[in-house]
Amino acid sequence: MSALLEVVGLRKRYKDIVAVDGLGFAVHEGETYGLLGPNGAGKTTAISMIVGVLDADAGEIRVAGRAPDLATRAMVGYVPQQLALYPDLTARQNLRFFSGMYGMRRAQARTRIAEVLELIGLSDRADHAVATYSGGMSRRLNIGVGLLHRPRLLVMDEPTAGVDPQSRTSILDSVQRLTGEGLAVLYTTHYMEEAERLCDRVGIVDHGRMLTEGTPSELGDPDLESTFLRLTGRALRD
Amino acid sequence: MRAMLLILAQDLRRRSKDSTLLVFAIVLPLGMAFMFDLVIGGSEGPVAARYGAVGASPFPSSPALPPVVPVASEQEARELVERGRLDAVFVTGPGSIHVIGSVDAPIAVQVAREIAESAALPLPGPPPIEIVEDATAATRELDPATHYAAGSAVFFMFFAVLFGFTGLYAERSSGTLARLLAAPVPRASVAAGKLLSGLLAALAGMAVLVGATSLLMGARWGHPAGVAALCVACVLAAMGLSAFVASFARTAEQAATWQSVMATAFGLLGGSFFPVGSWFVQLTPHHWFLRGLADLHGGASPLPSLAVLLGVAALTLPFAARLVRA
Ligand SMILES: Nc1ncnc2c1ncn2[C@@H]1O[C@H](COP(=O)(O)OP(=O)(O)OP(=O)(O)O)[C@@H](O)[C@H]1O
Ligand SMILES: [Mg+2]
Repeated sequence: MSALLEVVGLRKRYKDIVAVDGLGFAVHEGETYGLLGPNGAGKTTAISMIVGVLDADAGEIRVAGRAPDLATRAMVGYVPQQLALYPDLTARQNLRFFSGMYGMRRAQARTRIAEVLELIGLSDRADHAVATYSGGMSRRLNIGVGLLHRPRLLVMDEPTAGVDPQSRTSILDSVQRLTGEGLAVLYTTHYMEEAERLCDRVGIVDHGRMLTEGTPSELGDPDLESTFLRLTGRALRD
Repeated sequence: MRAMLLILAQDLRRRSKDSTLLVFAIVLPLGMAFMFDLVIGGSEGPVAARYGAVGASPFPSSPALPPVVPVASEQEARELVERGRLDAVFVTGPGSIHVIGSVDAPIAVQVAREIAESAALPLPGPPPIEIVEDATAATRELDPATHYAAGSAVFFMFFAVLFGFTGLYAERSSGTLARLLAAPVPRASVAAGKLLSGLLAALAGMAVLVGATSLLMGARWGHPAGVAALCVACVLAAMGLSAFVASFARTAEQAATWQSVMATAFGLLGGSFFPVGSWFVQLTPHHWFLRGLADLHGGASPLPSLAVLLGVAALTLPFAARLVRA
């Protein structure tokens, strides 16, 4: 198993706080890796650097063994924590625009967009403006855009936040189906049962540092949530 | 390149749904052209004053000066001025001169007063000042209609440029900028794709203003190629300066405020509306744009002005990349 994503000594500082402090981990082909951590642990900051939205202060990121460039970006699908859609456009128009950003040709994009709409269960609302969607539908589309160009690595930041159990199950099932085809997934969540069910490995981070890493069963004594609270404490975060 | 054009196309398509683009590109400049047409009025050329004189005319008749209509009496002069037939009448008596002026033509009346004052000065012997005809100096000045048309065009253009920046800020607040940054598209293409809509709005607005003021106000802009080059260079400089200012702002609101303040300050200092006789005029793109036009007009090369504008653009445009962050 080769590492599709390798992160070593990643660091980012905002003025007076070090958001990511020497973080390191790897995600392999076909693997689902969960980055768990309390609010403000630095998950979004780390992910932003991995997908190239934010410049790292220090550290190394390798995608498929290469330093990040435009070609490695094309291998990565990104699902931001904040919904990143044009609300005045329809789902299909959103997907069409982003397919262009990933250099997909029109004809190729058309069939792929239909597939993705089917996958996220939005085929019959595809031509309605996103502004009219429920929270769950928007979340599903947010993920759909990340899957559009058939990435080898899917990076999702809290993709299931604020979503009902139906949408969540549907989202997770489609992601699991794709990992069966070799897709690597790096994702963050605050739902421990979800991580236990979905992740091959999880890493627990706090204050920008990796506290522990392992399979959910290795860390699940008696369950993942207890380990999480033992390691990160019970104090409220920002 | 393809990504940049797609970003631009999508930007224009989405913005065409609201009327902002239309307002910036067409309504505002046209409105301004009409306003200046009302203020400056007429299309008879630079000097449109209609003067009359009771008694001797205070200046000799010359094709370069407005004709002076002989008027029989002061009584008739008042009537003519009141009915708007004449802007001002010189009333010359033995050893005195005064002006009857129309309230509707303040500029013409002011000019008449100055003429009367200089005529009233006792001038023994030959005049102390001899006017030497300097063809270059005379033609390297823009006539008022063209000056105000160009000044308002460049003033308005600075705001049209900001249109592109609002698109960029909107992209940031909708979170979609993060997605664009994660896509295999260079940051410069993202910046260019977003800002190009401002460039197009600004150029369209200037083109409308050039056309409208030529037709309505008799503004004479000069050779189209030179005018086009000056417009493009000035728009690029405006974009660069706006990006420079915005790159130091912490929020989109702050950036927008600073940009508007800069556009207004440059407009006022740069002589867009009234002449400013100080060295710091030269710090504004407005000055170089107007100067380039004046040079073009007088048959001189606008290249120095073009070079200044393009130099400013080259120094400041790279700051746009700093705005393309999530
Ligand atoms: N743009 C920014 N400027 C200053 N500080 C920031 C910025 N973005 C994040 N931070 C700080 O960096 C730290 C890490 O934030 P980050 O968003 O990465 O956490 P997170 O693990 O994703 O949290 P959550 O689970 O709430 O999404 C926090 O203390 C946050 O306040
Ligand atoms: Mg986060």
